[in-house]
Amino acid sequence: MAENLRVKSSEFIDETIRVSFKFNGKEYYGFKGDTLASALLANNVHLVGRSFKYHRPRGIMTAGSEEPNAIVQVNDNTDRTEPNVRATELEIYEGLEASSQNCWPSVNFDIGGINNVISPFLPAGFYYKTFMWPASFWEKYEYFIRHSAGLGKSPKDKDPDIYDHRYIHCDVLVVGAGISGILAAKNAAKNNLKTLLVDEKNELGGATIYQNREFNKIENQSSSDWIKKEIQELKKLNNLEIKTRTSVAAFHGYNYLLARENLTDHLEKKEKQGKIRQRLLKIRAKKVILATGALERPLIFNNNDRPGIMLSSAVKKYADFYGVVSGKKNVFFTNNDSAYESALCLHNKGIKVEAVIDIRENSGSKIVKAVNDAGIPIHWSHTIVDTKGYKKLNSISAMKLSNDGSSVTGSKIDIVCDCLGVAGGWTPAVHLFTQSGGKLTFDETNKVFLPNKYSSEQISVGSCNGDFKIKEIINNLSINLKEFLNIEKTDFDNVTVESEDDNSKRNIWLLPSDKPLGKTKPFVDYQNDATAKDIKLALREGFRSIEHVKRYTTTGMGTDQGKLGNMHALGIIADTADVKMGELGTTTFRPPYTPLTFGTIVGRNVGEYFDVFRRTPMNDWHVENKAEFENVGQWKRAWYYPINNESMHEAVQRESMAARETAGILDASTLGKIDIQGTDASEFLNRVYTNAWSKLGIGKCRYGLMLNEDGMVYDDGVTTRLGENHYIMTTTTGGAANVLGKLEDYLQTEWPELDVYLTSVTDHYATASICGPNSKKILNKIIPDLDLSEENFPHMSFKDTQIENIKCRIMRISFTGEHSYEINVQANYGKAVWEKCMEAGKEFNITPYGTETMHLLRAEKGFIIVGQDTDGTMTPIDLQMDWIVSKKKYDFIGKRSLYRSDTMKEDRKQLVGLLTDDPNIVLEEGAQIVSELNQSPVNMLGHVTSSYYSPNLKKSIALAVVRGGKNMMGKKLFIPMENKTINVTIANPVFFDTENKRLNA
Amino acid sequence: MFLINCPYCGERDQHEFKAGGEAHIERPKQPTELSDDEWAEYLFMRKNIKGVQFERWNHAHGCRKWFNMVRDTSNDQIKLIYKMGEKPPSE
Ligand SMILES: [Zn+2]
Repeated sequence: MAENLRVKSSEFIDETIRVSFKFNGKEYYGFKGDTLASALLANNVHLVGRSFKYHRPRGIMTAGSEEPNAIVQVNDNTDRTEPNVRATELEIYEGLEASSQNCWPSVNFDIGGINNVISPFLPAGFYYKTFMWPASFWEKYEYFIRHSAGLGKSPKDKDPDIYDHRYIHCDVLVVGAGISGILAAKNAAKNNLKTLLVDEKNELGGATIYQNREFNKIENQSSSDWIKKEIQELKKLNNLEIKTRTSVAAFHGYNYLLARENLTDHLEKKEKQGKIRQRLLKIRAKKVILATGALERPLIFNNNDRPGIMLSSAVKKYADFYGVVSGKKNVFFTNNDSAYESALCLHNKGIKVEAVIDIRENSGSKIVKAVNDAGIPIHWSHTIVDTKGYKKLNSISAMKLSNDGSSVTGSKIDIVCDCLGVAGGWTPAVHLFTQSGGKLTFDETNKVFLPNKYSSEQISVGSCNGDFKIKEIINNLSINLKEFLNIEKTDFDNVTVESEDDNSKRNIWLLPSDKPLGKTKPFVDYQNDATAKDIKLALREGFRSIEHVKRYTTTGMGTDQGKLGNMHALGIIADTADVKMGELGTTTFRPPYTPLTFGTIVGRNVGEYFDVFRRTPMNDWHVENKAEFENVGQWKRAWYYPINNESMHEAVQRESMAARETAGILDASTLGKIDIQGTDASEFLNRVYTNAWSKLGIGKCRYGLMLNEDGMVYDDGVTTRLGENHYIMTTTTGGAANVLGKLEDYLQTEWPELDVYLTSVTDHYATASICGPNSKKILNKIIPDLDLSEENFPHMSFKDTQIENIKCRIMRISFTGEHSYEINVQANYGKAVWEKCMEAGKEFNITPYGTETMHLLRAEKGFIIVGQDTDGTMTPIDLQMDWIVSKKKYDFIGKRSLYRSDTMKEDRKQLVGLLTDDPNIVLEEGAQIVSELNQSPVNMLGHVTSSYYSPNLKKSIALAVVRGGKNMMGKKLFIPMENKTINVTIANPVFFDTENKRLNA
Repeated sequence: MFLINCPYCGERDQHEFKAGGEAHIERPKQPTELSDDEWAEYLFMRKNIKGVQFERWNHAHGCRKWFNMVRDTSNDQIKLIYKMGEKPPSE
């Protein structure tokens, strides 16, 4: 029979609606409004996981997003499974299944308990020192560690949910809807500022809404009653948008924030269907008000991690908000007044409080007096030295603290208890503030880091700014809001506030025990199992920077980013190294504040929407004719066209032969096309290409090579002179956008005096390239009245003409070495013209070929492909293309670099042809080339850049870059492969038709 | 994520822009007359300051215009934006 540890009903929990759920395979129920954590506690389940390194039993510690232990895997073995979910944030719904994340093989079985026994051997840096060395042993450790490490499992199937992105622009963003956030948002909105209020919880009001603090009164009402009225009024405001269950993940510069809005995680499975699960809000706010509150600190003492040991404020929240009794016999351990509020709250609900252990010498505040009057024993100047109970706390031992707080004296007091509420003071939640680039200052009195220098139009208000008492919160908020929002008054300027004003606190970062530190387990980082001893060890080993200590001990490196223990880690370092905390600084908090699922980050950009893709106007034809496609940049290009189950190799061999024997046709629409006009167009081309352009006749085409200023080949292509001041440049498919950008850059910044206009026209034209001995006959059939004679239409010239009534531009240029024509038409006629070519070419067996055959045919001719045969380190000289570098031109981009001592070295890698001694062996692209086989170290000469079996030459051919290759013609070299060595000979890179006879055939 | 005030279009999100390195490095008018060292100075040497730096930016997904920006790299504050060809501020 399941227990139901509840006190008189809470207004936030609907006890009329039971919700069944499973945890670690066992059935439980809770009520509507419960989180998994509150429901488990109501069922007396504290043990929820195992620690990372020592596999120690761990329980629910907090009631919020800072939870380090209660990290669960949700809906395991379904496509909606999710790791790293904090049970303290997960609202339960009918049918929820969750399991402990770090509990292989089960939460009650101790496989890693062995680590706890051998823990003297598992100090800080253990993973680095041991498992990483020797490297070959890693494989053996890995299985064990990965299984017991508790990092959660990612879903194996496709995410079934829908995610969304939304941009929000607002005047004021308020983060956090506690009392400060509510008042700030209300007054911003009332002053006609477009305001957005977000909070990670499902209820507005923060802690104020449920904390019926005895001594906090606003306008003579309890603070919770007062804030409820404020919330009612807030909800009526027009220019205010409120988003609950919305957690700000990142605060970037210029007030750009990312927040995750959770829409369906709290709903039953059937209600989730078809709805957007989470929405990533991309918020740009003119002003940001951070009201992110404060997190309670634990205390660091021996065995402070047993299930049943919780934050004092969490014990109170579970009782006040969820009506859940965390323990039947409670003890509080504190260094300030907070625990007394929790103690009194439990007492007033009829829950037993056995004692309060306070490390302070005394306190005379009203709340302490009230606890005393309630008959709860208070042990002043005492600290807990040990706790007992393996899977659940069953007792604590306390001793008197010495005056300086460094040791304990006297006899032990043992107290039987099942829940210990720990109160170590409050840490302002400055995570978002620091993410935004804000600088902190350390407040020595209160031992807290506070916002100091803001990096943008923002303020921090309330407890995240160090105001912990309701009186100071309201007073300071009123002053700060008026100044920040530039308003004359707020609507709470004159409210009367009564609040407890005792702030006394005794801060001891590491509490002593009767045992020496080496024999105790005072945990600082629960999630990563780092103890105070580990931090001290790191310091002994010479680490000083907080960032180094963090990485070495893994403190603060869990999914909770050390929200609980970071301050103690800093404190212990400061004390040990005898430096001031303010000088030590703090670690960097990085986004996201709490883990984000990938789905939220990618939003709708999944599947076919993952990236933009571009298709040519002839695409449908390629699909109908069963082309295989390859991605070239964003383009989907036809790769090859297999017929009757042909392999890629077979298809490419057939296509390549057809292109040389009769006719081939290629969709070249993807080549970049830039229209260049202006009176200085020729001069401009002179400056951007290596060769000369002024004398190119109108109607003529010329191949050009473009360099970077460093002299390395950047792009290539054919440019045609359409008129006196009008050119059309083609670029490589992948380089089009960058080439345009580079040309624009020079025109705008270096040569603004040139009269040149650039327009990208890549998408405006479709290009069909027909080549082969029958290409002329085919074109003649399509355009019978065009004179195709060598005199009228020679190689490297163009004609403006018409195919029937479709205007077209035909260039007689060739990338295959065959007689060819590139037919350019307005894009929307592309498919019609392609089909016309196919129809006209039918009698010549015109063969469509894809990019693979194009690559093979050009390799037979030794034509380079920029980006395949070049890699940003090749000059035109390296490519043996000296002929294209003008000696006469005074200057062009990259010219000077060709005469740098480095680019003129003889032993640079140079482009050469390679022939295998066995003509049937095709080399692997990327294979390394050496001259000596038994050398050590091996002298690597270069690598293969392009390699094919040439059907037209009936042998294997390759292009390669080889150190000093230019002067190695005929030299024998080796290509050592995994299980064989291939003998090769350096050859002329032009393998086929070396005299270019076929161009005019 | 910066909010950049393009001198031609107004305030736009950083993802519309492309950074183009240090500003006011003029391409030498007569490169062939420079020594290897002088050319290398133009080609390779960039300041990469922690502090106030003069930069080139391009509104690549907008008007495609280049402009200059003065930015403090230590805190990402944009101090000034001005058009290409305009003189950099002395201070
Ligand atoms: Zn612009």
